[in-house]
Amino acid sequence: MKLYEKTASELSEMLRSKECSALEIFEDVENRIKSVEDRVGAYITLTPDIAKKRAIEVDESFAKGEKLNVLAGIPIGIKDNISTKGIRTSCASKMLENYVPPFNATVIEKINNAGMVIMGKTNLDEFAMGSSTETSYMHITRNPHDLDRIPGGSSGGSTAAVAAGEAILTLGSDTGGSIRQPAALCGAIGLKPTYGSVSRYGLIAAASSLDQIGPIGRSVKDIAMLQDLISGYDKMDATSKNIEYPNLVDNLTANVKGMKIAVLKEFFGVGVDDSIKESVYKAIKMYEENGAEIKEISLPSTEFAIGAYHIIASAEASSNLARFDGVKYGLRAKEYNDLTDMYEKTRSEGFGDEVKRRIMLGTFVLSSGNYDVYYKKAKNLQKKVSEEFEETFVDFDVIISPTVASTASKIGEDINHPVKMYYNDSCTIAASIAGLPAITLPCGKDGNNLPIGLQLIGNKFSEQTLLNAAYTYENLCGGFNVLSQTL
Amino acid sequence: MKDFEIVVGLEVHAELNTDSKIYCDCKNIFGLEVNTQICPICMGMPGTLPTLNEKVVEYAIKMGHALNCKINSVFKQDRKNYFYPDLPKAYQISQAEVPVCENGYLDVLVNGVEKRIGVTRIHIEEDAGKLIHDESFAGSLVDLNRSGVPLIEIVSEPDMRSSAEAKAYLDTIKSILQYLDISDCKMQEGSIRCDVNVSVRERGSTEFGTRCEMKNVNSFSAAVRGIEYEAKRQIELIQSGGVVEQETRRWDDAKGMSFTMRTKEDAHDYRYFPEPDLLTVIVDEEKIKKLKDEIPELPNAKILRYIRDFGINQIDATLIVENMDKSKLFDDCTALNICTAKNISNWILADISKYMNETGKSILDTPLTAKRLCELIANVEKDIISNSAAKTVMEVIINENKEPEDIIKELGLAQNSDIGFLENLAKDVLDRNEKSVIDYKNGKTNAMGYLIGQCMKESKGKANPNIVKEIVMKLLAN
Repeated sequence: MKLYEKTASELSEMLRSKECSALEIFEDVENRIKSVEDRVGAYITLTPDIAKKRAIEVDESFAKGEKLNVLAGIPIGIKDNISTKGIRTSCASKMLENYVPPFNATVIEKINNAGMVIMGKTNLDEFAMGSSTETSYMHITRNPHDLDRIPGGSSGGSTAAVAAGEAILTLGSDTGGSIRQPAALCGAIGLKPTYGSVSRYGLIAAASSLDQIGPIGRSVKDIAMLQDLISGYDKMDATSKNIEYPNLVDNLTANVKGMKIAVLKEFFGVGVDDSIKESVYKAIKMYEENGAEIKEISLPSTEFAIGAYHIIASAEASSNLARFDGVKYGLRAKEYNDLTDMYEKTRSEGFGDEVKRRIMLGTFVLSSGNYDVYYKKAKNLQKKVSEEFEETFVDFDVIISPTVASTASKIGEDINHPVKMYYNDSCTIAASIAGLPAITLPCGKDGNNLPIGLQLIGNKFSEQTLLNAAYTYENLCGGFNVLSQTL
Repeated sequence: MKDFEIVVGLEVHAELNTDSKIYCDCKNIFGLEVNTQICPICMGMPGTLPTLNEKVVEYAIKMGHALNCKINSVFKQDRKNYFYPDLPKAYQISQAEVPVCENGYLDVLVNGVEKRIGVTRIHIEEDAGKLIHDESFAGSLVDLNRSGVPLIEIVSEPDMRSSAEAKAYLDTIKSILQYLDISDCKMQEGSIRCDVNVSVRERGSTEFGTRCEMKNVNSFSAAVRGIEYEAKRQIELIQSGGVVEQETRRWDDAKGMSFTMRTKEDAHDYRYFPEPDLLTVIVDEEKIKKLKDEIPELPNAKILRYIRDFGINQIDATLIVENMDKSKLFDDCTALNICTAKNISNWILADISKYMNETGKSILDTPLTAKRLCELIANVEKDIISNSAAKTVMEVIINENKEPEDIIKELGLAQNSDIGFLENLAKDVLDRNEKSVIDYKNGKTNAMGYLIGQCMKESKGKANPNIVKEIVMKLLAN
């Protein structure tokens, strides 16, 4: 078995038992990137020099007998909307094609301090707006399980890198499903943590009240390790929650005896592929057979979550993206007549269609006269959805559903149908607008041998329960085969 | 001709003098080299987030207490969206629906009459950067040192009916900010600015006229000129059959005129919405109370007290109160009860003001303590020294840090008030100046001044001039 095929927890042990060096791990992943990247297109920027230097430093520290973080020497890919000092952070946009941040995101500081090896910056839908990574200005990313298909999005580069063996772990960001949906389509594991548990400082915002950075990987334990590293209060982020964060890895247990699992009826409705329903019901049965209490529930307001989500997310995005005006950084149109003309040309040239669509939608819903009709109503719905979840978690530990209603579509198939694309996130959005943690797990394949995802949603800050439920399923399945076998 | 009434409302923006900016740790200092007090946050770099400086909330609450406002213990911050090169995020974090303070009032004195002006709200927000234009380069440059400097915006009700009332309101706001020590209030540095809303209506009407907002009003005297100009413009427009349109106008103080900036149709839609990067602020009720207890006696109350308790006129009381150091000295002196308040006021507004203006020093930083000043004044009141000698004593106190009694002794400044001695001295002088005595008796009254002067000269300036005058008058009458 090649090193790039291993999980972070396996590599971590091998490093400590001197079965391999961090440099060897780096070189193996680097070779893998060289052999598959031109077909997959997971990365926007590769940073082999920085990565190699880091790997050597880690080996030196090990040689000196220093006690290192459990993730030291593990190759990681970073979604290209997370600020990396000195490394271009483009958001897959022409607007920031040459933007190099002068500071690190808080999560990057933690990753550097842990000695993780950053292999590069991964592709995404422009400014994390999209569900296929096709809105990237740079290039498309292909699904490692079927190169004719999309990897999902917006963290499609990060999930494809994990499924292709081009990274052991990656970071994504999730606003309405941007970690879970592509992870499901690429057959990977992806966690959207509770809103407020991972610092957003340095994450280039799409929708501030919904964005959350989270880990993508090939085993539940790896996810727990990376989440342990990146979570925690950060005084630089006023929305980060100042509480004790338990060590998830140490408390990971494969046991669901007595766990109360709710089956969310609305997410098994019309539009969900039969093969997906079948697979998820099979998983539910496995849980039941191993001691979990299963009950079907209905959360009527989740039906409206998608509308509320698009209003809130677009409103915030329209304001967050206003700073890209050609004055300070990023693109400025070459020719213009005056200030207004400079703004208009810069933003017309710099943003792609999907970003413009959301800026226009957001500007519309915040305009005077529309605010109460759209934005305020959406915020009320958000509250309603949150309350329904809150009531559910009085009686249940975890909610189970499919992650996505269908498996990966063909490249180009849906890109001109934005509304259809929006409905791609119909199962993931509810947890986002309620700020809840949710994880997607590989749950078999459909008739085209495409990965299916199952979603578990937990109560706020109940990542431990959520990961224990996930870990149990992983063990019952005998582990997950995330890596593409066809590349 | 119809009689018109002016209606004025004011929005005052005051920069707060906190150590650091409102949403980052950058220093809040004016006048440093361009773009040196900046960081990724106040530069609006992608991915940065604001965190609220709690001092800003405390300062706003203090101002709210001073202006008799209701303090909201729960409030949010909102984004005000617009594009301008000095606004790096393309939105200003401000407050829309719920401000920190609201529903207050301020009592001001206008020509001796007390007038209550309603205060609608006080909210917190961040300042923008500054555009720099210069002939040495083409286009504009941006200085972001000011970006993120904390501001409070104080919005009044349309309760003022003249430029004088507006001026009194602005002066009072300014001195309150200084008394609370929450703003430097330096007009020339732009640390206090105002937008002026003016409308006119027929006297007796209960409906407001259409208002125009004037921006770029950079001093209080400009506000007075702007209000007068704008009211006149509106009245003339109405009288010539026109209609006032709601618009934003720019005041050009050099030209003494205002010009249309934006009409109602081009008014900005700021698309306010709650700032998602900041949580709802909840201020502890105990803290709100504690801040109230920290409020000192405020200048407007102080002026009334000086008028009421000490019989000082409004102009003098205002002049003393406007300067916190002078006011402190006045309070300390009156508390000693050694000399009259009227004389303390005169000394502070004359010699002490002159000293402070000439040296740029505060009197509180000199050896002239309240006690020494009062003793000095008491010596004058008791006719022990003359006014001109007292001025000398004051200089010596300041320069040599000595007690007034000692200085009077050392310099022999005490006046001679011995009537018998002075009578002999005067008789002697009159005998030696027979011609002047005859002149006086022939109607040349100014000859008496000469004779008094000779008496003073004879006494080497130590004779009590009042007594000498009486004696000379008596002798000449005989």
